[in-house]
Amino acid sequence: MIPLLIGITVVCFAVMHLAPGSPTDMQTQMNPKASLEAKQRLRQMYELDKPLHQQYLSWIKKLARLDLGKSFSPDHRPVADKILERLPITIVLNILSMGLIILTAIPIGVLSAVYQDTFFDRLTSVFVFVGFAVPTFWLALLLMILFGVNLGWLPISGIRSLNYEYLPAGAALVDLIKHLILPVLLSAFGGLAGLSRYMRANMLEVIRQDYIMTARAKGLAEVVVVYKHALRNALLPVITILGLSVPGLIGGSVIFETIFAIPGMGQLFYMSVMARDYPVVMGILFIGAVLTLLGNLIADVSYALADPRIRVS
Amino acid sequence: MRAKFWKRFSKNKLAVLGGCIVLCLFVVSLLAPWLAPYDPSEINLKLVLLPPSSAHWLGTDQLGRDVLSRMIWGARISLKVGFVATGIAVIIGTLLGAFSGYYGGGVDAIIMRFVDIMLCFPTFFLILAVIAILEPSIWNIMIVIGSTSWMGITRLVRADFISLKKRDFILAARAVGASDARIIFVHILPNAMASILVAATLGIAGAILTESALSFLGIGVQPPTPSWGNILTAGKDNIDIAWWLSFYPGLAILATVLGYNMLGEGIRDSLDPRLIK
Repeated sequence: MIPLLIGITVVCFAVMHLAPGSPTDMQTQMNPKASLEAKQRLRQMYELDKPLHQQYLSWIKKLARLDLGKSFSPDHRPVADKILERLPITIVLNILSMGLIILTAIPIGVLSAVYQDTFFDRLTSVFVFVGFAVPTFWLALLLMILFGVNLGWLPISGIRSLNYEYLPAGAALVDLIKHLILPVLLSAFGGLAGLSRYMRANMLEVIRQDYIMTARAKGLAEVVVVYKHALRNALLPVITILGLSVPGLIGGSVIFETIFAIPGMGQLFYMSVMARDYPVVMGILFIGAVLTLLGNLIADVSYALADPRIRVS
Repeated sequence: MRAKFWKRFSKNKLAVLGGCIVLCLFVVSLLAPWLAPYDPSEINLKLVLLPPSSAHWLGTDQLGRDVLSRMIWGARISLKVGFVATGIAVIIGTLLGAFSGYYGGGVDAIIMRFVDIMLCFPTFFLILAVIAILEPSIWNIMIVIGSTSWMGITRLVRADFISLKKRDFILAARAVGASDARIIFVHILPNAMASILVAATLGIAGAILTESALSFLGIGVQPPTPSWGNILTAGKDNIDIAWWLSFYPGLAILATVLGYNMLGEGIRDSLDPRLIK
């Protein structure tokens, strides 16, 4: 866990500093009058003139105090503040889509395993295959055209309408939900295919086990056999897969938040990347990796809680 | 063995369909200068945002360029990106996996920890960060996608090497005094090729998807070079008036990725099961 964390900080730092180019280029290349001296001064201000290992050590020392440095952007605000104010919406969106994935993928996977080789199974197989190949940002565009432009049912950008402040509480909530439907749906779609396929494979494997045959042999109803004995055991490995899907969801938030103009961490990342705001990019890269690590940790712990076989005595 | 493979492969309808799609893309990319009805970068401000018609089958974009011609040339880009990026990933992944599995011990521990660390990063974040520093260009994209997608192949190759290095024919090779390099590349690697091939085919699909997402965000292939992703950007900018700019390029991406996926899974299913875990 700790070595992983240190490794993460090294990669974050290396990615940003070993590549050619410097943030001061961005600020000075637009301005032909910027002299070499001015560039030098800027580099000194950002401590970019020191040797790399010193830069790394001073970055990691601040990191230990949860200080991610100050943004290079004109507002010069602390990076941690900038990220923290945008993190909640990204996390809420990802939790909502994770919930949606669980609620749809598991039943689809279970049913297509129970009714293997029926029409339903074939249909979901096709759906899964196409689901793996669809570029989700394209799907987002199509749904925006359909529901936003042609039908006019759903808003296609932001998370609130302009008149949000004047709406009564109930209407405001409806407004928020309307804005969130498309982003959550699309971000869930990306993980849906994988999980339902995985669930199906698990279920098929469990159904072939001896204890399922025993359950059938002692005369239990098929419903009890499938949903009580088999499902429980097939669900276990899914916990790990959910943990593993965290980086995909977080990575996807860049695309969705940019398309739908949602002011979350993904959008901040995109804007900071465009502006070469090193401290913010490094900070988000680091937080993204830590969130992934956290997701895996939660998955491991809940796996141990759920499965008596791997509990350490 | 090869005959058996072809027999199984040709019976698998999805695999053959996937192979046909991929073959079509090769032909289209190769013949782009002859197939494209117009010059893909010819700007004509009198023909801005025309819907599909008999003159322009898939319509025109915001600068009056023919969308079909741009898509045909775009096929070249995605083919290039898919192959080069995956080639890089295969080389890095195979080398690291081979060393890790063959030598074991400390080498293995270091390489595998590195894989774990890389897997912690949301790949798209990592790619975006590097691309922005490197200046977006088609070569940089290929390098960055390739150097962030080798981890799966490393694990795969490592597992193959661990099981293969204990076989009798490797012991025999060592007994006659073959060097480590010879054992790794001449004796073990050919036996691990099958699973690498499958992973590479599926990897091409992933690389094409990533490239189109990057180009869509404006940090991939830069206009005026046509790519399916950057046509979609124009589609987003004109979302309320020009649906054809959004619809067709995405369909091309979908078909391509589907083709490579079907081909890859088909190859996996048709291979001798003894070679695949």
